[in-house]
Parts: sequence; C-alpha cells; structure tokens
Amino acid sequence: MDRRTTLKWVLAASASWPLLGGSRVRAYSTPTQLGYGTDPDLAINYHPGELWPLTLTADERRLAASLSDLIIPADDRSPSASAAGVVDFIDEWISAPYPKFQIDRDIVKNGFGWLDAEAQRRFGRKFCDLEPAAQITLCDDICDEARAPAGLKEAAHFFARYRDLTAGGFYSTPIGRADLSYIGNTPLAKFEGPPPALLASLGLLPVGLK
Amino acid sequence: MPFVTADTQKRRYDVIIVGSGAGGGQSAYTLCMEGAKVLMLEAGRRYSVTEAPMFRTPELAPLRGAATPDKPFGFYDATVDGGWSVPGEPYVRDSEEDAGRFEWWRARMLGGRTNHWGRISLRNGPYDFKPYTRDGLGFDWPIGYEDVAPYYDKVEMLVGVYGSNEGLENTPDSPPGCLLPPPKRLVNDHLMAQRAGRLGLPVIPAHRAVLTQALDHRRIPAQLHPGNLRAQKILAEDMRARAPCLWATPCGLGCAVRANYQSTAVHLPPALKTGNLEIMTDAMVHEVTLGRDGRANGVHFIDRTTGKQEHAAARVVILAASACESARILLNSKSARFPDGLANSSGKVGRYIMDTVGSSVSGQIPLLESLPPLNEDGADGHAVYVPWWLYREQIAGKLGFARGYHIEYGGGKRMPDHGTGAGLEWLTGGSYGKKFKEDVRRYYGSFVGFDGRGEMIPNDQSFCEIDSTVKDKFGIPVLRFHWQWSDHELRQAAHMQATFGAIIEAMGGKTREPVKTDGALAIAPGGSIIHEVGGAIMGADPATSVTNRWNQTWDVDNVFINDGAVFASNADKNPTLTIMALAWRASDHILERLRRKEL
Repeated sequence: MDRRTTLKWVLAASASWPLLGGSRVRAYSTPTQLGYGTDPDLAINYHPGELWPLTLTADERRLAASLSDLIIPADDRSPSASAAGVVDFIDEWISAPYPKFQIDRDIVKNGFGWLDAEAQRRFGRKFCDLEPAAQITLCDDICDEARAPAGLKEAAHFFARYRDLTAGGFYSTPIGRADLSYIGNTPLAKFEGPPPALLASLGLLPVGLK
Repeated sequence: MPFVTADTQKRRYDVIIVGSGAGGGQSAYTLCMEGAKVLMLEAGRRYSVTEAPMFRTPELAPLRGAATPDKPFGFYDATVDGGWSVPGEPYVRDSEEDAGRFEWWRARMLGGRTNHWGRISLRNGPYDFKPYTRDGLGFDWPIGYEDVAPYYDKVEMLVGVYGSNEGLENTPDSPPGCLLPPPKRLVNDHLMAQRAGRLGLPVIPAHRAVLTQALDHRRIPAQLHPGNLRAQKILAEDMRARAPCLWATPCGLGCAVRANYQSTAVHLPPALKTGNLEIMTDAMVHEVTLGRDGRANGVHFIDRTTGKQEHAAARVVILAASACESARILLNSKSARFPDGLANSSGKVGRYIMDTVGSSVSGQIPLLESLPPLNEDGADGHAVYVPWWLYREQIAGKLGFARGYHIEYGGGKRMPDHGTGAGLEWLTGGSYGKKFKEDVRRYYGSFVGFDGRGEMIPNDQSFCEIDSTVKDKFGIPVLRFHWQWSDHELRQAAHMQATFGAIIEAMGGKTREPVKTDGALAIAPGGSIIHEVGGAIMGADPATSVTNRWNQTWDVDNVFINDGAVFASNADKNPTLTIMALAWRASDHILERLRRKEL
C-alpha cells in the first residue's frame, strides 16, 4: 500500500476512534454473530487465536514486537512488552470481529505500512532492521500528536494508538500489575484504608472521618 | 419444585410477578414471606451468583476483558444476553441524533439488571415526592416521603446499605439500625473531601448496598417480620449465609459470597426457602389477559425454549419487567375493553419516560502521583459522594435550572486494565521507552473522575409507544422511543461540568479535556445512565395517571406495577432503592387485600 492510501485510511480512522478507553467506554453497536456472543463462558482461560484467527503476518508480528519493545523496553523492574505477550494481544485485538476493533486494525496495519515505507525512504531498510538510534529518530517525529508536523499527524495518530495498545496489553498482565505494584484483588478480612502517616504527609489528616 | 416450566407450573397462583429484578425480587420476597403463592416469570435464563467471575484477571479474558458489542460493560460484567441491544429484540428510535436519541439497556437473566448495577442506594427526600408543589414543574406523587420512609428503613435493613446520617436538606437520615458503617476513604477521597469542602460542597459517605459488616441476624428478622416466626427464621438463616465484603473484585461482576445486593443474592434465596415461590425462566411475557369480569386473570408468554405461546394464571398480576418493558406489555395487551392497551384509559401508558441527567469530567492530580503501593480496592469505590447542595439558590431562581444533581466520584489504584497507560500524551508529551514506563508508574492512581447524576423533569416529548411495523423474533410488537431534553437538563449538565472543573482545580489538578460550557454537548444520551423510569406514572387522578398510590392500575384493580414505571418524577437519587421500597409497600397492600378477599 502506498503512503497516500495509508494516510487516508489513518486519517479516516482517527476521526472516529479517539482513545483506548477504560470501563466507561460505551459501545452502542449491535452484537454480531461473529464474536463470543452475549453469554460467553466466564470461567475458562482464553488465549489469543482461540475465538477468532489472528491475522498479522510473520513480518508484521516482527515489526509489532520491535515497536512494542521500543515503547516498553525491559528495565530493572520488568521485562519488555513482547516478553509480556503484547504482540499476541495486539494481534487478537486487531483481528477481533467487532467494528471498533476493525478500525484499530486499519490504523495498525496501515501504520506498519507507513513505518516500513518511511524507514526505507530515509534509511534504506525495513523498520525492524534499523539500528535503535535510527528507529528512535523515526519515532521521535511521530511520538506526540500535538507536536507532530502537519505532514506527520496521521502517522503520529497511529503511534499514539499503538502505544495505547502496547500499554494496555502490558499492564493488564501479572507482569504489568507487578510493575505498578498493584496489590489489590485479594480478599481481606478488614479494609483499613491508607496509613495515617501517609495522609499526614499529604496534609490530609483524617479530620471528620466517619 | 422452585423452578418450573410451562408444563409443570400450577393451574393458578395467588400472584404472578413479571420480572425478577429489584421490583420483582422485592415483591416476591414480601409476598412469599407472608404466605402468598407466587409464580415469577423471567424472560432471560436462570442465573446464580455463584457464576460471578470474581478474582478473574484481564489476561484470562478475550481482549483483556475490554467492552465489545456482545458485552458492553466488559467481558466479566454480570450481564447475560443483554446490553444496549439484545439480539432478536430490537427497538426503534425516533431519532438517531444525540439530542433525541434514547438508549435502552436490558438484561435477559434471573435478577435482571440488579446483577451488575452500581449498588448506589439513595433515598428520595420530601421534596422529591412533591416537586410540582415546590417549583410548579412536573408532577407531584400521590404519596409523600412519610409514606415511603418506613419501607426505606425495611429495605435498608434487609439488603444492607452502608452510609451515614448527616442531617442535610432533602437528603434523609435513616433511623438507628438501618445503615451499615461506610468503608474507609482512600487517599484521593480524603483529598477530594478536603478541597471540595473548601468550595462549600458537602462531601459525605456514599450509600451503597454492600455489606461492610455482617447483617445483624438476631435483631433485623424480628423487626422486619414481627409475629411471623417462620419468616424470621428463614431470614436469619439467610443473613448468616451472606458474607461481608471481601474488599476485592468489582461489584459489577456479581458477588458469589452475596456481600452486595442483587436480587439473586438477597431477595430470591429466602423467598424460595419459603416454598411459596416458583420461578419460570425463559418466559417472555407479552400480554396481560383479561377475564370476563374485566379483571386480569393471568399473562400470555412465549416459552423461549419451545417458541410456543403459553399462559399462566393468577388472582393478581404484578408487572416488574423494567419501566419500558412493563409499559410495552400494557400497550400490547389490547382488548375490546382496552383498545389502546391495558390500563391505558388515561392515554398515559408509555408517557413521561425519564432518565437521569449524566455528565462526566476526569482529571489528573499531581498530589496523587507516585504514592507508595496501596490496596485501594475498598468496597469497589464510592466511599464518598456529594448530595445536591444548592436547594436554596435553586428555589430562588439563581441557577437557571430547576432540579439538582449529586456527584459520584472515584479514583485510586484500581486494578490495571487494557486502558492503563493509554492517552497520557497530554501529561508526558508523548514519551516512549524507559521514560514511558516511569511515566505510567508516576501517573498510575493519580486520575479522578466525577459523574453528575441529576433530575430530569418529565416532558411530553419523551415517551415510548408501540411501533406500527417492527416486531421482535417472538413476533411481539416493539417499542418506538421519542426523546427530548429541556433547557433545565441541559443547563444542569453545563453546571455539572463547571463544578467538576472547579473541584479538580481545587485539588491542584487539571481536567483531561476543557470542561464543556454547552449543556447539549455535556449531557449523556437519554437512557444511557440506565435509570429510565416513568411510563405508567402514579397519581391522584385517574385521568392523568396510570396507577394510584399503591402501584395499582386505576383501570384494572388486580394489576400492579412494581418497577420504576410508576415514578412520577425522577429525583437525582438513583432509583433502585425507591423501586424496592415501593414494591414492598405495594406488596403489603396486596397481601392485605388478598386476606380480605378483595383481590
């Protein structure tokens, strides 16, 4: 796909799907016959590819891994995005048979196309095969939609969306929860609330606490 | 046998209840505890709270549990075969524009929407039953707060509601022994209370139907069922079987230990224990049938398992199918005597549908960044809320809108999900790499959200009727919705935005997006708050209302409507607690009339 087509796609998509929302997102569309249905089994463990086929090509998965790991690399607290299964998650997401996910599919697939084309144009190689410094040079231009130059707005929208998906895929795992030191989802006999010393340090002494 | 089919049901019952949610559940409980023989018909499938996927984490779900059209509130949400759209059961909208669109949330499961609701349980106050008297708009109810108060007491004691008594205007206190202690506040709750307090807003403990401690099974059963030892014993045993909150897992998944209110956790188990309740699921009721004497003699329903139309018979019919579905059943119950639908001599069935005015603002608070690890699951949020506080200014005409709203608030280090780390550019300038990981850690738990929940005044342009052509997969004519906000609601939504912006600023933070000054852009679509009520309003005059003060239809004296359809106004207070209180009150009345052989 050529760059102009890619950008047209991304532009069209960007108008209709702003952010990867949390639980407040309301989906008003109608159930399809293709998804998991309105009464799925909630007690079994699902894995990407079981409910619908994954659709990224081997090359795209390689690109997905290198871009995800550029966004969430390993550090001293946690491993990289791809090590946490983010590529499978993104493949599942963009392959899902629901309209709003298919918008993401277009954004991601066309963004990949743009990224390789741009890497080829500027450095003569595919994105995956670039040195980290060159990859960063490319990403620095598109990492912030607000600051991206006019000609790169659509690519920046792709990058924002891809970063959202990478983050969502990473932090919704045990690895991601540990990275954020999430310590809930465990039964407690009592709920004590925050330590008074912490409240005091924030100027929030529990005066009038019921 | 508690669960029956069209073939195994009895020939006749004392009472048929259509629907198994808050209104149906409460009606079944009250009637069965006092010995009435009840058949409950539920359109959806059988459901048990033991199905609740508690403690399951996002990586075990498709798409990490994200919302899809199949599960619009997320994969693990306790909604079965429901959502904004139910396959094979369409409805028609008069308008697809935001301003005139109505969204209809349904669930097809035992317990209905009570399985996933927010558990927010607020009493209507004295003003809320007499709004017309107060400001000349809308309608008065034929009952006042004093009529319903004893039933609020009973419902709070039965289901278990946490909260506190603050002595605030039109925000009723509960008598001693009704409320459970509120949960401890999170760090962000303390901050919000401090800063909104400085702006003059009353930040007080929320009221939610969650057991912050075990119910007092020694005291409450005798208070609720004086003189009825069998009912006391059944309830005491059942209260002992309900565990207090585990301080983990969202209530909306359902609660397998029965620590919060859902009809399937609180109302149906003791009602079944009496031996007086039979339940038929997969029974889609579409018509109340009339006998030659002009009284209802039962209902027609479609057995979803066979597709066949069946009949069930009883001395009394209670509709509690949800406000709009109950109106639909009445409108579809046409006869020579009622050519425009049963109990519709006033022409008011389907009229005055009201939802809650909703508007939201989220923000980020630097003071809450980089806090140490904390377990902030609590009682699934909502430790505090802000009741409406500008009654005086409003009645003096200073606000430009006639009715109030309350503020629901939340924040904290909730379980990370597929949205965590998304949309941070406005804070990070687009970081990626190691810096991005540090940014996500820094900002995690520093976001807060404000939801306004306000009163809508009933109007002639917001109603439902039977569509002339469209039918559902059972062949039942479907509803067509019409919707229109008035300036009162739009200005109220704009006021919410300004208030939330001011609180976020007072917390030292900034809003995610500029607050909206245009109420039409700020207001959530009609129906989307899922507080729709009206459609068979109660009143003092048979010419202008559908039921009397006992939820009893004026036209047919053995048909009662025990759900939100009877609401003559829709106060900012979430309707569920009032639905239950009115259902209990109406059921007491039905029992009395049954005993006197008047029904």
